[in-house]
Amino acid sequence: MDFIKPTIEYVELLPLFIVFGVAALGVVVEAFVARERRHVVQVSLAAAGVVGAFAATVVVGLDLDKTGSGRGLVGAEGSVVVDGPSVYLWGLILIFALGGVALFAERRLEAGVPAFAGQAAALPGSEGEREASTKGLAHTEVYPLVMFAVGGMMLFPASGDLLTMFVALEVLSLPLYLLCGLARRRRLLSQEAALKYFLLGAFSSGFFLYGVALVYGYAGSMSFGAIHTSVVNGSDNRTLLLLGIAMLSVGLLFKVGAVPFQAWTPDVYQGAPTAVTAFMSAATKIAAFGAILRLYYVAFGADRWDWQPMMWVIAILTMLVGAVLACVQTDVKRMLAYSSIAHTGFLLTGVLGVQAASELADSQITSLQAVLFYLTVYGFATVGAFAVVTLVRDANGEAPSFVRWTGLGKRSPVVAGVFSLFLLSMAGIPLTSGFIGKWAVFTVAMSSGAWPVVLVAIASSIIAVYFYVRYIRLMFFTDPDPDDEVASVTTPSLFTSVTIAVCAVVTVVLGVVPGPVLDLAAQVGDFIR
Amino acid sequence: MLTVLILVPLVGALVIPFLPAATARSIAIGVSAGTLGLGVAAATMYDVGSGMQLEEKVSWIESFGVHYALGVDGLGILMVLLTVVITPVVMLAGWHEGEEAPRSYYAWMLALEALSLAVFCATDVFLFYVVFEATLIPAYFLVGGFGKEGRGAAASKFLMFQLAGGLVLLASVIGLYVVSSQQGEPSYLLEDLQDLDISTGAGRWLFVGFFVAFAIKAPLFPVHTWLADTTEKATPGVSVMLVCVLDKIGTFGMLRFCLGIFPEASQWATPVVVTLAVISIIYGALVAIAQDDVLRLIGLTSLSHFGFITLGIFVFSTQGSSGAILYMVNHGIGTAALFLVAGYLISRRGTTLISEMGGLEKATPVLAGLMLVAGLATLGLPGLSPFVSEFLVLLAAFDYAWWVGAFAVTGIVLAAIYVLWMYQRIFTGPGHEIAGAADGHGHAGHDGAGASSGSTATAVRSKVETIPDATPREILAVAPLMVALVLFGFFPQPLLDVSNPYAEQLLQQQVGVQDDAPEVPPADDAETGE
Repeated sequence: MDFIKPTIEYVELLPLFIVFGVAALGVVVEAFVARERRHVVQVSLAAAGVVGAFAATVVVGLDLDKTGSGRGLVGAEGSVVVDGPSVYLWGLILIFALGGVALFAERRLEAGVPAFAGQAAALPGSEGEREASTKGLAHTEVYPLVMFAVGGMMLFPASGDLLTMFVALEVLSLPLYLLCGLARRRRLLSQEAALKYFLLGAFSSGFFLYGVALVYGYAGSMSFGAIHTSVVNGSDNRTLLLLGIAMLSVGLLFKVGAVPFQAWTPDVYQGAPTAVTAFMSAATKIAAFGAILRLYYVAFGADRWDWQPMMWVIAILTMLVGAVLACVQTDVKRMLAYSSIAHTGFLLTGVLGVQAASELADSQITSLQAVLFYLTVYGFATVGAFAVVTLVRDANGEAPSFVRWTGLGKRSPVVAGVFSLFLLSMAGIPLTSGFIGKWAVFTVAMSSGAWPVVLVAIASSIIAVYFYVRYIRLMFFTDPDPDDEVASVTTPSLFTSVTIAVCAVVTVVLGVVPGPVLDLAAQVGDFIR
Repeated sequence: MLTVLILVPLVGALVIPFLPAATARSIAIGVSAGTLGLGVAAATMYDVGSGMQLEEKVSWIESFGVHYALGVDGLGILMVLLTVVITPVVMLAGWHEGEEAPRSYYAWMLALEALSLAVFCATDVFLFYVVFEATLIPAYFLVGGFGKEGRGAAASKFLMFQLAGGLVLLASVIGLYVVSSQQGEPSYLLEDLQDLDISTGAGRWLFVGFFVAFAIKAPLFPVHTWLADTTEKATPGVSVMLVCVLDKIGTFGMLRFCLGIFPEASQWATPVVVTLAVISIIYGALVAIAQDDVLRLIGLTSLSHFGFITLGIFVFSTQGSSGAILYMVNHGIGTAALFLVAGYLISRRGTTLISEMGGLEKATPVLAGLMLVAGLATLGLPGLSPFVSEFLVLLAAFDYAWWVGAFAVTGIVLAAIYVLWMYQRIFTGPGHEIAGAADGHGHAGHDGAGASSGSTATAVRSKVETIPDATPREILAVAPLMVALVLFGFFPQPLLDVSNPYAEQLLQQQVGVQDDAPEVPPADDAETGE
């Protein structure tokens, strides 16, 4: 038997290599560098890796029209696709990875130690935990973990076949399960979150894998191009295809937190260290939506009429459930979690707005463009919002309970104002980026004739406005009950402040001049097979 | 020109938070005075009767077909003038309103002015929508931050209603994009949309979205409930900005967008809209009569007035439209005067309840006179400007159907009751015990106010008589409004000259209705108000 050497497009895949390389290097650092120097080395390494990968992504992106067929190439023996959407999503994920690394590196809020457990293996409340905490131990493994997750996230939407997609799903998920359980404070809650996330996540991965098998049974191939050909030619065994689509959807919709697979979201968002929540809520959603777009548009695009009704129902349910349940929360992290579920619904509204190019007018906005733009603005608003949550603290650390935030606007007008800005953006108020994003996804859905979904989306937006506005009112117009302890804002180091500032500026700028980013999202063109 | 007009208050709003708190008020008044100057300059450059002017157009978001496009026509220039006049007046009259946090108060005020001006100047539907919604943010913080007890809930209610309307409008705005992109290049420019060939069914649906949003904004009968709560809890100055400037966006939008883009659907909806308008006229007036809170009362009178304006718009005659435009200006002036004078009274008495005032006429004859002029203007006394517009709208209503006119006329009778009865209860009769000055309203510190006054009538009277009359600053603030009320009562021609060509153009070219322009009604039978 001959062994054929695989061709690897090293230049085009450089961003992926950098991220995985740095992640592996991080593990080595963990083993060989002295404990007191590890933090600095790990942070610089991770930051340098992300920045380097971002630079490589930009280079790849600029050369894209000279690559392969002119719009990118299917590389690594068909398993990785480097095209416009991939590159855009890589850039986006890397930007939020940098934000994540910055938030991870914050040590001033906890008076010199990071927000992660001193020794994850020590039982909560045990002697070992106290010892780890008095010694000021800190886990620096979080940096290699986050780099592995970033690598998985970049591979996920860029995968060219189902098997690569599954591997990427696992590579991105496993580090996240771990990171969720590493909180320094409220450790039981954090570990519970990690366990729930892991069990449900493993279950959904099982569904995904089963779907892979069924679709393989239908198409006789794992690669998206071949599946597309089979769907177009229409072979027998459509049952296999439909069941396969359903199973794959379970796995992907779980990752984005769509109803009815949303149950893990509030618990995990609440229990995980807030820095992890910030990174995860933005980057995972971007990666998973990238994968959803690729799978549905590329592999199952020709079978649109079969999956669109399912998407309609799921989008409607997701928006309503997210918005309604967010109204009854009393914990800001849980509220943001439900709000993220509602945003998943809005994003799905954009996904189901897909139309063939022939149905669109010149310069009319496309579904892909709308979803990519929405992911961008949502990411900035959500990272910023969670970063603000890390600042509001009382004696027990972060104070996510609503009562503690009462009257924050009077005590710290700037922080409360910035948080309001993020909330207003999520609510979709004009002159913030969230409005343009909403406008874009609603428009593509309306153009494709999904007006019932748009009407529900608008109704959910009204409900969502209620809980966002209520929170602003709580911060600015409510005086705290004198019996209640209130939280105050701790001044963070530059890492967190710069992250919040960048998110706030982007939120305003993209609300006023969204043109350049929309054009960029338009230039990414289409997926290639 | 228009960009500068919008930018001046906007820059003011952005700069004020970084200046020392002590200077905030003077700088804000200076900025708004400068804006007034610019507004007047724009008005002098405006050439009566030649359509959209002072236009600016820059592509803003290409992939949405959105332009940053400004321009004013007859309707726009009147609304711009109203806004630039009212803002400095409110700041001058509400001298103490923002004392707790002057920087944020004046910054939000200027932001509100800038965004309102942008709304009235926008000639791109998307731009209009953006600033239309954005006005809510300063309004929300003004209501929620500076009113009295319960303002947080009122502010939230206000915002929820407005945003709900805004999101319904969003659906229609998106629908317009879809229709426009089906017919080639998507565009949001008003001029392109007016030429758009919208199918009857789609046009009606889109019209409903626009109309619902504007009905909430204006407000009209079933969706008015935010109005009274908001005016009650907000400070009088903020209420003026909301009712006299912001709410005009509702009727402005009906004229500009409902009639301009969906003429067919507007005529289709006329029976329903006219019914709602008539209900608003009568219901608003009836409810106003029953109010004990003076700010709530004034707020509800506006419901009645917006009924008149909407009626004028939807009877589809030049008389009606021109009268409605005039009504928008006059209502702005008259109601602003009422709110501000009521605000003076409240700051003296420390209460907003009419039943706790009384017998003020002797102590404060000037205030009483100001209140009377404003009140008589509100009830449409001939010789004061609102009469002219009310007359035109009623003529048009009788032309449309006699029974509509008949119902609408009862609104005038009811207006006489609520105005005169309010005046009687506040200014005549025996004085009431003065409630603590700090009670309820934000600004304490007027001498003469103390909760411990005796309960006998003589003791009370002596207390009431110590109440100071209007200060020169207060008189100066409302003087422009009073002058305008009398001036336009006798010489409405300048206003009509601006509104008539607009109304004719709108109705004949867009809607396709032919009739004659209104003449100036005879003003010689008018009596002076005071």
